[in-house]
Amino acid sequence: MDPSLIPEILASSIRMAVPLILASLAGLWSERSGIVDIGLEGKMLAAAFAAASASFYFQSAWAGLFIAILVSLAMALVHGYASINQRGNQVVSGVAINMLAAGLAVVLGNTWFKEGGRTPALSEAMRFMPIDLPGATALADIPVLAGLAKIVSGHSLLTYLALALVPLSAWALARTRFGLRLRAVGENPHAVDTAGISVARLRYQAVIIAGVLCGIAGAYISTSLSASFVRDMSAGRGFMALAALIFANWRAWPALYTCLLFGFLQAIGNFMQGARIGQFEIPVQFFNTLPYLMTVVLLAGFIGKSIPPRASGIPYTKDR
Amino acid sequence: MAAPRSELPAWVDIGLIPLLNLAVALIVAGLVVVIIGENPLQALGIMLNGALGSFKGWSYLFYYTTNFTFTGLAVAVAFHAGLFNIGGEGQAYFAGLGAAIVGLNLEFLPWPIVIPLAVLASAGFGAFWAWVPGVLQAKRGSHIVITTIMFNFIAASLMVYLINNVFRPVGRMAVESREITGAYILNFRELGRLIGWKLPSTPLNPTIFLAFLAAWGVWYLLWRTKLGYEIRTVGANPEAAAYAGIDQARIITVSMAISGALAGLLSVNEVLGVQHRLLLEFAGGAGFVGIAVALMGRSHPVGIVLAAMLFGLLYQGGTELSFARPLISRDMIVVIQGLVILFMGALEYAFRPWMAALFFKPED
Amino acid sequence: MTPAIELIGIDKRFGSVHANKDVSLAIGKGSIHGIIGENGAGKSTLMSILFGFYHADKGEIRVGGKPVKIKSSADAIAHGVGMVHQHFMLVEPFTVLENVVLGAEGAALIGPALARARAELEHLAHNYELDVDPDATIGELPVGLQQRVEILKALFKGAEVLILDEPTGVLTPDEADQLFRILGTLRDQGKTVILITHKLREIMAITDRVSVMRRGEMVGTKETKQTSVEELAEMMVGRRVLLRVEKGEANPGETVLEVKNLTWRDRKGTARVDNVSFNVRKGEIVGIAGVSGNGQSELLDVIAGIARATSGEIVFEGKSIGALADPRYLRREGVAHVPEDRQHRGLVNSFDASESSILGWHFEETLGRGFHLDRRAVVERCRHEMQDFDVRPADPYLKSAKFSGGNQQKIILAREISRDPDLLIVGQPTRGVDIGAIEFIHKRLIALRDQGKAILLVSVELDEIRSLSDRILVMFAGKIMGERDASADERELGLLMAGVAKEAA
Repeated sequence: MDPSLIPEILASSIRMAVPLILASLAGLWSERSGIVDIGLEGKMLAAAFAAASASFYFQSAWAGLFIAILVSLAMALVHGYASINQRGNQVVSGVAINMLAAGLAVVLGNTWFKEGGRTPALSEAMRFMPIDLPGATALADIPVLAGLAKIVSGHSLLTYLALALVPLSAWALARTRFGLRLRAVGENPHAVDTAGISVARLRYQAVIIAGVLCGIAGAYISTSLSASFVRDMSAGRGFMALAALIFANWRAWPALYTCLLFGFLQAIGNFMQGARIGQFEIPVQFFNTLPYLMTVVLLAGFIGKSIPPRASGIPYTKDR
Repeated sequence: MAAPRSELPAWVDIGLIPLLNLAVALIVAGLVVVIIGENPLQALGIMLNGALGSFKGWSYLFYYTTNFTFTGLAVAVAFHAGLFNIGGEGQAYFAGLGAAIVGLNLEFLPWPIVIPLAVLASAGFGAFWAWVPGVLQAKRGSHIVITTIMFNFIAASLMVYLINNVFRPVGRMAVESREITGAYILNFRELGRLIGWKLPSTPLNPTIFLAFLAAWGVWYLLWRTKLGYEIRTVGANPEAAAYAGIDQARIITVSMAISGALAGLLSVNEVLGVQHRLLLEFAGGAGFVGIAVALMGRSHPVGIVLAAMLFGLLYQGGTELSFARPLISRDMIVVIQGLVILFMGALEYAFRPWMAALFFKPED
Repeated sequence: MTPAIELIGIDKRFGSVHANKDVSLAIGKGSIHGIIGENGAGKSTLMSILFGFYHADKGEIRVGGKPVKIKSSADAIAHGVGMVHQHFMLVEPFTVLENVVLGAEGAALIGPALARARAELEHLAHNYELDVDPDATIGELPVGLQQRVEILKALFKGAEVLILDEPTGVLTPDEADQLFRILGTLRDQGKTVILITHKLREIMAITDRVSVMRRGEMVGTKETKQTSVEELAEMMVGRRVLLRVEKGEANPGETVLEVKNLTWRDRKGTARVDNVSFNVRKGEIVGIAGVSGNGQSELLDVIAGIARATSGEIVFEGKSIGALADPRYLRREGVAHVPEDRQHRGLVNSFDASESSILGWHFEETLGRGFHLDRRAVVERCRHEMQDFDVRPADPYLKSAKFSGGNQQKIILAREISRDPDLLIVGQPTRGVDIGAIEFIHKRLIALRDQGKAILLVSVELDEIRSLSDRILVMFAGKIMGERDASADERELGLLMAGVAKEAA
């Protein structure tokens, strides 16, 4: 492999990691409050469709982002209602959300744009385009720094937003009243209730944050990473984000690293088509599968231990 | 303290409420059709006619029923053991490998031998793909929901690789194996021809009897065998199971294997009975339909067969509908699936308080 | 003086259960007020209403003479009411400080609150002997200290009235004494303490006044100094129920069960069953007395094969069975087991009665050859047992959950006794069972003994132990404190149960 490709692969890794980062932060907030979120995938997919449709319709990437967030939020609230008010099975609700999103996106897309579920190609104004960081071009001729600039600069606004949200989430969870209560409600909702704090309200807040973050992730997929919506374009990223979250033991910073690693695996899969070790051609599928394989191995407890928030997935009832 | 969830007459609980939930799911689906700008009643008419108005319609309905019965039963058996197997899709897909390996390599054997072998191989490969997450859950405590999801993706990648690099004959463009000729299950049109009947073309084949047999077998297993008793005990009350000396790890692995074997039988229908070759994504989401079918059928084999027929109707009717009204994409069925899972699963109890207000008689 | 708390005409129903019937109560400021009553008397419900966890259907709450509406725990806290629940309301992975601050953070950032709490804890530790390391993780603290954190939480939030719900259930006697000292100090500093308990000894030891509840009603309030254990007990139970069971002399035969130096450690490595040795012979009932949570449940689990002994030996009819931990093998060999927790273990609520009536014995060949389960045989067996044990309604198809406690227990007992076991292990045979069924169950156990079977009985009801057992072992903190015969003095047994052994023995 050509070493000059390295900066490119790394930059691509970041691009691939962005939706994973946003979705695992969404999962982080939701699951830390005790609401299991299998529906990250569906929310992202619905948001990707909404973003592509709305930014085409309004000729604005920002309008797309806004509508994407609204749509994802609506689905998050359905999940919240089922999980919090109705005390339904959260996994079942998540599965339902995923199917609804996959179906509705194509059905509505087909109706509105008549391209078999695709949305029309978006022009640059309707997308979040790469931004060159100040000074990045100045480094273009300096050997090592040029590569560095290539990795760090030239991403879209949403990428920098996603990266900024990691420390913000970590800080908010650790240091704010909201974060303290949220972490508490995911571990022992009874303790929160008897402290005079509403369990339902906290969990709704968490679910709403998850909705917004998935909305941004979806918008990124269709209006930054690509230039239109195609069916099933979230391509399992929601589940990969979930895997990253498990890998990170439900913590923000480790989630970032895991997502970057998974992004790197995806990028390398794209760049290494047909790469060989001796006689053996490394299949592309190997890199695609690696995150899932790693998660299985982790869950089996062979490489460390991952402990979910104690109350996650359990509907809250006052009776003990 | 009080348990208001058990104070309704049984027929309300297991009859009326599920029907109400289903009705709401279908009404919401109708609203989506309205949003698209079509008339939902007209759409319903086209669907019913498409599925029930012709021999071909019926035969497709039962072809889908076959698939969904297998995957619905798969989800239900795991449910009874208290496990949520989301991996039916991957198990069915992986099972195709077993069907193909036997079907392509043992063609020298006569069909009465090679077909049963291929069926067993399908079940076995499906069982294996569910057994591994089962073992990981039982021995290592890995959450079955997550592992089975991961196994869906792993199966997908693995199958793409294998079909592309191992099964695809040299020089062929289409990503699929060569035709399976030995373990070839004739469809009813082909069977009819043998005895001189002329039937329209159909994917329906005798595998449907295997599906009904499987439904009976699951009923027998769960309610008429000691193993079934143990499965239901572990699912309903793990502590009581421990008290009774039931080996829970064994029950988890065994019921997952049975669940996977059932899902695996889907490839008997698809690979041996319809496509006669191993091809990409032949499970086509039927594994996920199984979740809706199991929820709707309340995890009882009779309910599952009926629910599988309803989804068969939706799939066949939906296909016809998408031809007649191109505005309504076939993916509308996926929407309905989602709505059914939402209203019959996660929002199962949403209408219960209203029903309780109607039927609850205050005591003193 | 205005009472700290007044509850006037509190009424509360849960579905068909009338948990509080027109209950009124006044609690003096700066006093320790006990509320006593049997399980299900409505004490906890009443206090949960005061703490805003439930809402009364009728009635008024006054704090310091003023009527208040308490709609949630937040309201209660705002009115200076704090509660220490029976099951602690703590977040285990959090530190002591974080737990104390939760719900009283004051501002959007928790930094200042944590600092304030640290200072306050130091202050409280100084005033009330409430020492806890503020940076310790809750999950790693012993139970006594966790309870202290609960008290600190309430005080940090400005509680003037502190409700404690069965606070000593989980404590060692030492820890309980410490708790009482702390409560005394709190009272002396002007706080009001409400103590819910069913233990008369505690009431007599530390309260100023005591109110007695029975079946949702307030029976009366007494000055502790002017009442006696006997009077309170009578108020609690209503009429004296004499649990005298007709039984003849025991004719013990050869040893059936022998337990030698048995130890069982929990995951944290604490010995819950600590070097226990005893034996049970044919034709006798050996009773294990003790306050709940002193290792009896664990001992039963190990003998029944549900848990595996850490060390030691269990010999049943000459065979060593401790290492197997296989309940099915034990049943085949002739060990039957009526579990302590019938709802969660003894039957499966969603199964019909006939299915629950084969739980644990479903492997028997008489219920179907090989893997087959003969539904008709199952139903017939159940019908037969229901008749034999007078289960009502005698309907094998009725869901297990729909039977009353007494009838559920009869179903379980019938299942175990009908297998003609050589050894019957029974845990809490009459917990939550009506009087009629209690008598029936006791008679059946005696009859089984008279057939020459060995019975090992565990009960937290001392009366039950005394009336049924031929020999009594007392367990405390995982150890057998001593053995007495059936005629043993109640006071002496009580002392053993409280862990006072040496001088009595």
